Amino acid sequence: MATVPVLPKLIGERVKRREDPRLIQGRGTYVDDVKIAGLQHLAFKRSDVAHARIRSIDTSAAEAMEGVEAVFTGAQMAEMIPMGVATPAPTNRAIAVDTVRYVGEPVAVVVAIDRYVARDAADAIVVDYEGLPAVVDPERAMDDGVPQLHTEFPNNLAVRLMPSGTGAPPGGTPDDTAIDKAFAAAEVVIEQRMVNHRLVPNAIEPRGVVAHFEPGKGSMTIWSSTQNPHTLRNVIAGLTGLGQDQVRAIAPEVGGGFGAKINIYPEECVTAVVSQRLGIPVKWIEDRSEAFVATTHGRGIIGYLEMAARRDGKVLGVRLRLIADIGAYNMLGTSVIPTLTMLMANATYDFPAIRTTLTEVFTNKTPTDAYRGAGRPEATYFIERGMDMLAQELKMDPAEVRRKNLIPKEKFPYHTQMGAVYDSGDYEKALDAALAFANWNGLKAERDKARAEGRLVGLGLAMYVEVCGVGPSWLMPGTGGWEHSQVTVQRDGRISATTGVSPQGQGNETTFGQMLADQFGVPIEHVTILHGDTAVAKQGIGTFGSRSQAVGGTALHMAGTKVKAKMARFAAALLEAHEDDIVFENGRISVKGAPARGKSFAEVAWFAYIPTPLPEGLEPGLSESAFFEPTNNTYPFGCVICMLEIDRETGEPKLLKVSAVDDAGNLINPMIVEGQIHGGLAQGIGQAMIEEVVYGDDGQLLTGSLMDYALPRAADFPRFELESTVTPTPVNPLGAKGVGEAGTMGSTPAIVAAAVDALSEFGVKHIDMMLRPEKLWRIIHGPRQRSGQGGQA
Amino acid sequence: MVHVSMKVNGKARKAQVEPRMLLVHFLREHLLLTGAHVGCDTSQCGACTVLLDGRTVKSCTVFAAQASGSEITTIEGLATDGRLHPVQEGFWEEHGLQCGYCTPGMIMSAVSLLTDNPKPTEQQIRDGIGGNICRCTGYQHIVNAIQYAANKR
Repeated sequence: MATVPVLPKLIGERVKRREDPRLIQGRGTYVDDVKIAGLQHLAFKRSDVAHARIRSIDTSAAEAMEGVEAVFTGAQMAEMIPMGVATPAPTNRAIAVDTVRYVGEPVAVVVAIDRYVARDAADAIVVDYEGLPAVVDPERAMDDGVPQLHTEFPNNLAVRLMPSGTGAPPGGTPDDTAIDKAFAAAEVVIEQRMVNHRLVPNAIEPRGVVAHFEPGKGSMTIWSSTQNPHTLRNVIAGLTGLGQDQVRAIAPEVGGGFGAKINIYPEECVTAVVSQRLGIPVKWIEDRSEAFVATTHGRGIIGYLEMAARRDGKVLGVRLRLIADIGAYNMLGTSVIPTLTMLMANATYDFPAIRTTLTEVFTNKTPTDAYRGAGRPEATYFIERGMDMLAQELKMDPAEVRRKNLIPKEKFPYHTQMGAVYDSGDYEKALDAALAFANWNGLKAERDKARAEGRLVGLGLAMYVEVCGVGPSWLMPGTGGWEHSQVTVQRDGRISATTGVSPQGQGNETTFGQMLADQFGVPIEHVTILHGDTAVAKQGIGTFGSRSQAVGGTALHMAGTKVKAKMARFAAALLEAHEDDIVFENGRISVKGAPARGKSFAEVAWFAYIPTPLPEGLEPGLSESAFFEPTNNTYPFGCVICMLEIDRETGEPKLLKVSAVDDAGNLINPMIVEGQIHGGLAQGIGQAMIEEVVYGDDGQLLTGSLMDYALPRAADFPRFELESTVTPTPVNPLGAKGVGEAGTMGSTPAIVAAAVDALSEFGVKHIDMMLRPEKLWRIIHGPRQRSGQGGQA
Repeated sequence: MVHVSMKVNGKARKAQVEPRMLLVHFLREHLLLTGAHVGCDTSQCGACTVLLDGRTVKSCTVFAAQASGSEITTIEGLATDGRLHPVQEGFWEEHGLQCGYCTPGMIMSAVSLLTDNPKPTEQQIRDGIGGNICRCTGYQHIVNAIQYAANKR
């Protein structure tokens, strides 16, 4: 008998990505690569002032230009109000009608023969503004007498002092007894105002849209660089008066998202409506300077932290007052993201009492929304900085003060003061693994030796827990929180599977292929994963909140399980065996214990489609779908350690070491997981060290291009050192938690802690990000009483 | 309109274009070579990097007319006879890409780097790709990919 080749199990293996051959040869199809005969191009005229009334718009010169098809102002699209959000929100039209509220807000749109003419015509539009004072500082924005962005939101308050935590049920009156008691019993209290500053997500592919309304069919196809094609389909259908069956949304190859491509943006809506009105295909491609003002920003939260503790390091209570600078309007997740900072204020600790309050403030800036981490890095940052300040005050090792407060593993599932239920965890194990992996004691000796040589070297450590696997539906009333998949075994034995989660670089075609190859015992080359086209993958919610594997992967697994069970029944009939005795391996389906009694996978598939005779109780065919509704989120966790040196002469910080232990539960492809962690670390380090949005007092974005806003380059990083612990989640059958955002969590507080440690000889307690050399130089060289941040400990 | 004539991936190409037509748009719109991407307006990101007479240029900062008379190599012209270039192979082997948008430009820069310095140190690699921004990978796997290619040669 011929030897049957043994197929290796692929789950847990470093399988090379199936996406890569096309991408490394320039054969991917991103949205700007979509060409349609007769395609015309859009360009937006955008506000170049932060706050003004529009007196008039003169489009005559633009309309007179050769090659211009049409020009639309806000008044001509006044009915277009793209986004509905759950909280009370001001009207946010796709194109401004009478008032502009941030630099970059669309004022008019041009349709022209090519992108050069469209840009020329947009530049030829003249807008006469009546200037209004700009509101820039979120704390001053709340004062009486400050100009109002939206008359229906007095004092620019989008959300007015929402309490949460111990004794504060949602919507109820907060009972402060427990938190007041904690502070009354405190032997030491830490207090610090901290800024978790705004960032621009900066996916390297800017956004873009192609809309093709076909008047003959009465249907629309829309391509967009989006994380959520299904939500896009639903929104565009609502906006255009078409049915969800008449709109096909396609997320082609998407060049990075990082949360900023979750929203359904004004430009997507305008592109669709222009195509419908004119009956022609149209394209809009964002340029980088537009991306800086027209794509949502991230972070932008001020935290006032108070931490009450005993002198032995045990924390008794935490107060955290949050002020979120949300910009001019509510986008899809604008109001929700800062609530995640509240949700995760419990961090990895068994705090007896917490009181958080959240205020969200309108300012004349680009709206904020999800950016990798989305509210959780902010929480991690505020609490971890607090733990460091406590350690410094008590002269304790930062690892030991944390150890004293970690949630013990026996307490899982752990009900936090903030209302979350942490699914599973072993935080002390992660801490110990990190200390051992980085050689914490060795690093301390190294630091001390460097200091003895006069060098400014510091160490930082941070723990994190984040919320991932985002669902369930009750948490996401706007869209639902499930995922969907359909798995089909074709009659030739090949497998096609759809998923509602469409990646922007996460490699789902590979990981999901690994899963089905193992599940059916077939080569991965026989599995095709289809995504990002609502005509193919008809249902889905989207890619965000590190949910692809935990929620989307589970739906895939469930659909696969259904098909496999049915295929086993066909095989049982063919092989005259019981379905429970059927095994799938090495591309064959056979009877357990009798491998010779079997058929090839393809033979059984063929029989399922041409069943003669049809086994009793079975319908022909092998195609099943599943919706997975998670019962809870997942809570990955970990610990980051870093070492940093500051140049005494220039103040320039240099990262010497980054070492991370992450626990994301079970891993499908460790290579892809490493890539995700690297990317998250890079964005966290970017925030801590070089990235920062700066607005002028007039509301002008001063960091509006890649020449003014620093994105990390290869030489900005040391080699990242990664280790993992594995604590599976009980929330889904895969035991997978999600890892896409993990790297952004612990990196910012660990780096700031290292900088503070490096500058310990100057009596520094806290330094706000980012670590601009000038800021550090002033601490080293400036008079301490004038440095503003030194000498307060 | 101006007449341009250049060899792209070994093939002679001629066209009438606007004087202001950027090389990247000429490649993408006229020749339908969409591998070179546009990621910024200011020559920072390097997603549009191609080789012009064997040297890297950011094709968003070169007019098509300026490139007339030269030889251009784009990502589409890198593999020969169906065999991946060692740098392409390295990116696949070492997970040197995620979303893939910066990848063509990054690969072209790496090709040029290895032409100048066949056995670069890690620091030389990191400095050598300083004109290309990747937002996904944190660069470590890109460095590994380039090291893979260097060791392969």
